[in-house]
Amino acid sequence: MNINLTLIAQMISFAVFVWFTMKFIWPPLVKAMDERKAKIADGLAAAERGRHEQALAEQRVDEQLQQAKQQAAEIKANAEKQAAMILVEAKTKAQQEGDRQLAAAQAEITQETNKAREVLRAKVAELALAGAEKILRKEINAEAHKDIVDAVAKQI
Amino acid sequence: MAGTEITSTEYIKHHLTNLTFGHHPEHGWGLAHSAQEAAEMGFMAIHLDSMMWSLILIGIFAFYFRRAAQKATTGVPSGLQNFVEMMVDFVNESVRSSFSGKSDLVAPLALTIFCWVFLMNLMDLVPVDLIPRLFELFGVHYMKVVPTTDPNITMAMALVVFILIVFYSIKIKGVGGFVGELTGLPFQTNNVFLKPFTMTFNLILEGVNLLAKPISLSLRLFGNMYAGETIFILIALMYNAGWVLGLFGGALQFVWAVFHILVITLQAFIFMTLTIVYLDMAHAEHH
Repeated sequence: MNINLTLIAQMISFAVFVWFTMKFIWPPLVKAMDERKAKIADGLAAAERGRHEQALAEQRVDEQLQQAKQQAAEIKANAEKQAAMILVEAKTKAQQEGDRQLAAAQAEITQETNKAREVLRAKVAELALAGAEKILRKEINAEAHKDIVDAVAKQI
Repeated sequence: MAGTEITSTEYIKHHLTNLTFGHHPEHGWGLAHSAQEAAEMGFMAIHLDSMMWSLILIGIFAFYFRRAAQKATTGVPSGLQNFVEMMVDFVNESVRSSFSGKSDLVAPLALTIFCWVFLMNLMDLVPVDLIPRLFELFGVHYMKVVPTTDPNITMAMALVVFILIVFYSIKIKGVGGFVGELTGLPFQTNNVFLKPFTMTFNLILEGVNLLAKPISLSLRLFGNMYAGETIFILIALMYNAGWVLGLFGGALQFVWAVFHILVITLQAFIFMTLTIVYLDMAHAEHH
């Protein structure tokens, strides 16, 4: 219970060990802890950034998908329109071709008919002439009655 | 326990006497053979047991904490490092909440105080007779194992804190500021004739206030630990008084030890916190 040199000795050792703690114990520990704290904070920030980037990427993918769908729809619509147009064109062309061929056929028919009629007329005229000749041989001159025969033939 | 020929008073006295080495006026340098001889040595003596145990304990602290500090990594901490970092974090938190200035000294000082005082107090939980009996086998008759029951130890730590308070007060505020702080408050006057009186009165008030810091700091710790130790010794006396009282004493010792776990931690924490607060006041410009 006496105050004595112990006081001085303890003061010195206290001072020494406070210095020791201050120099060799505290700084490395606090440094390590602060560094770890920074590391953890960085890690968390990186994770947050990753999540954010993922969200962005998903959004981009969505946008692109939407765009692609829209493009596909556009292309499809265009193709349908074009197909319809081609169809209409083809129909028109076919119609025209048909009409043209019909007209040609009709013309040909008319031509053939006319030709046949001509031939027939000639033949009839010949026959009528032959008949008339046979009838008239005795009565009239072929040359004298040529006008009449021709007129008859023309009427056929 | 200490032999049948020893009375209770002697047993208690024996337990409360330090192993003292010093200069006796009659016998010269040597170990004191009784409490009276130790007292006669006066200032020129040293308590070997207090010093030895306090140095062993701070040595344990320094060894483990230094090892943790050397191995400190930024990776996942394990075992010892985890524990040490927990302590550092705890002290750091205490300093941050009470200390507003910036100082490289306060936090390590607080860590040293808390761990050292805690370890010294912890010796209180060692059964009171165990270590003294062991030393008695080797011919050492006095052994007080709890350094904080020695006022020299607590006073020394408080004095260092006191020196730091004065040092930082003067360093931060200058000599004039420190003196002004001691004499300028609480009574203020602009009257030239009254000024010497108020300043003297303020100096007395603030001086007491300043001196009370180390005294209360050291005596609080010493008183608590000394009382606790004394109660352990009194309980230990029961072991000599038959089976029934002996068993009762055993139960009491257990209860008191459990309660003391709280006391020793609390006292270490109070010593640390008050040191931080006092140094904060020393750093503060005005308060």
